[in-house]
Amino acid sequence: MSGVPPSSPARPPAGSAAPANAVEAAAGTAVVPLPYSSKQLQELLGSSWEARLKEMYRGMLLGRVLDTRMLGLQRQGRVAFYGPATGQEATSVGAALAMAEGDWVLPGLREQLIALMRGLDLTLYLHHLFGNDLDTARGRQMPCHPSAKEARYVSMSSNIGTQIIHAVGLAYALRYKRETGVSWAFFGDGATSSNDFHSGMNFAGVWKLPVLFVCTNNQWAISIPNEKQTASATFAEKAQAYGFEGSRVDGTDVVAVYHALREAREALASGKGPRMVECVLYRLTPHSSSDDPSRYQPKGWMDRAKAHDPLGRFEAMLDKLGLLPAAEREAIRAELDAKVRAAIQEAEVMPPPRFESLFEDTLRTPAWPLTEERDSFDKEQGGNFP
Amino acid sequence: MTELTLIQGVNQALHQAMKKDPDVLCLGEDIGVNGGVFRATDGLQKEFGEQRVLDTPLNESGIVGMAVGMALYGLKPVAEIQFLDFIYPAFDQIVSELAKLRYRSGGQFPAHVVIRTPYGGGIRGGLYHSQSTEQLFASTPGLKVVIPSTPADAKGLLLTAIFDEDPVLFMEPKRIYRTATGEVPDGDHRVPFGKARIVREGTDVSVFAYGAMVPTAFQACQVLEKTGIHAELIDLRTLVPLDIDAVVRSVEKTGRAVIVHEAPKFCGFGAELAAILAEKALYSLKAPIARVTGYDTPFPYTLENLYLPSVDRIGRAIQRTVTAG
Repeated sequence: MSGVPPSSPARPPAGSAAPANAVEAAAGTAVVPLPYSSKQLQELLGSSWEARLKEMYRGMLLGRVLDTRMLGLQRQGRVAFYGPATGQEATSVGAALAMAEGDWVLPGLREQLIALMRGLDLTLYLHHLFGNDLDTARGRQMPCHPSAKEARYVSMSSNIGTQIIHAVGLAYALRYKRETGVSWAFFGDGATSSNDFHSGMNFAGVWKLPVLFVCTNNQWAISIPNEKQTASATFAEKAQAYGFEGSRVDGTDVVAVYHALREAREALASGKGPRMVECVLYRLTPHSSSDDPSRYQPKGWMDRAKAHDPLGRFEAMLDKLGLLPAAEREAIRAELDAKVRAAIQEAEVMPPPRFESLFEDTLRTPAWPLTEERDSFDKEQGGNFP
Repeated sequence: MTELTLIQGVNQALHQAMKKDPDVLCLGEDIGVNGGVFRATDGLQKEFGEQRVLDTPLNESGIVGMAVGMALYGLKPVAEIQFLDFIYPAFDQIVSELAKLRYRSGGQFPAHVVIRTPYGGGIRGGLYHSQSTEQLFASTPGLKVVIPSTPADAKGLLLTAIFDEDPVLFMEPKRIYRTATGEVPDGDHRVPFGKARIVREGTDVSVFAYGAMVPTAFQACQVLEKTGIHAELIDLRTLVPLDIDAVVRSVEKTGRAVIVHEAPKFCGFGAELAAILAEKALYSLKAPIARVTGYDTPFPYTLENLYLPSVDRIGRAIQRTVTAG
């Protein structure tokens, strides 16, 4: 892939040149501030630009605080697994803010922050992370797989790419029911090789459906870098073959992401067919709590990638422009951290799901032999053995 | 009541469901303009338009995945997979998504999807237009598996499937699409799931079959009646949910069981039925359970009539079972 040095566009028009993925091309490890002046921000974000900046900051910080706390709990053995999204905050927050209430989200692996920003209650999410009795899905899924119908955020599987075609069916339904919402399909760089990337892009193109395909290119599909995933120069250009526009944006620049996705969404909503936007960003953690990148990442990659930390870049811009003073930022961080800790405390002491929940929700009405298995549960597992 | 073929029963169910509920949509390959390669969807696009009867690109995973997406919103899609043999690109969507959505979302997202697909041999279709792999789906928790054998059941079970909140794999026995004829109720005829049909009553042996094997097994039973063997024939209709009471009760009465299906024997649905009888009716059995099935090979072309259970093969197995004890 081409090694254009990462830099945010001063103004992010549609299809703006985005940073390429080769972190090796970065000059050093120093954080690159987002390149906007106050005037540009005002132009890009409108009259309530300061409030919007604060909203962006809160959103990204919530993701970061959650990741930090949860990875800590995972290391202590208090949750079995955690899938961090550190490095992806700007893309998730920019996307969430570009959405309308009637939009639907078909998440990839790291979109949980979007669910939270669209109304998934933090404590309810923590119930899910602990897989306890109050978890919507009653502890059936690994952590970081929430289901939040109230946020129009669909339950995900761990299989890669399968949700992309669901977004197309949903978009079809939205159009059929004459709704104004659009359907957002999120997926990583690896998913562009999956079967349902193809089926989804192709079907959406044929019917010109309001699907916004958001590729969160974090450079790695576990251990596989972009150049081993595709021979295309970019992921975005794949859209061309399906008959619609694909563009790239700096996925570590929350302002650019917000702007690009909002514009793409508007085009979709006006019936101009699907769009694909590749958000170029960097995975700043292992793939998951079970992964060891030292086995496959070049030495120093992560240090250099941290120059593109979306939160760090945003804060560096705030410093430069004298916005949102440090004390205020610290207060937000403390508030979010307290909220996360309170939610953890509440969720961790909840009991595991009732045993009956094992036998619920497979079919609306359980069929034999599940009925018999449920009814003989006490005989098989109750009391002492021998 | 009107005399219809099995495929006309399917067609009528689709017409009536679409007329009744605007949220019912059909999608699949060649189902619109062409009315389906077997004409199961004939006339639907003309009546309901392209918005509701979708000719899709050629991608089974896309068809089922698209249906899942429609159902996530609340529509009631009916997807057609042109032949069961072509369903495997969609296996991930069926097994990993469709069958697990309700469970993994704690009931937030039921998966109200029907997948219709012609299955089975006897049409000179060779390896890739003939297979019966119902056991792959019946062993996946979260899916219902339905196989009609008469025009009335084709209509009644399909209407039940379309208005059932759970995902249903609706397998249509293509060999008897046009040879199975019978009276079909004209109105909103629903046949409940989980209720087997006693095709003929008997006292000496219970014969279990479904789909295209029902008429073949019926003929075998009729032939044997003349030799004094009174066979009971049970059409299972729905493999999931299974009418286990009907299965056990019949064998408690007759003491003998012969199981018939087109799929290969090893790990076939007959293995499940035999295990059920071993668990629940062992002390009623007077003879070993017999299975008459397709051979454990891929499906042949020229010799398909030797591969498929025939009246002869089924009849002999019944005879052996009755004389064994």
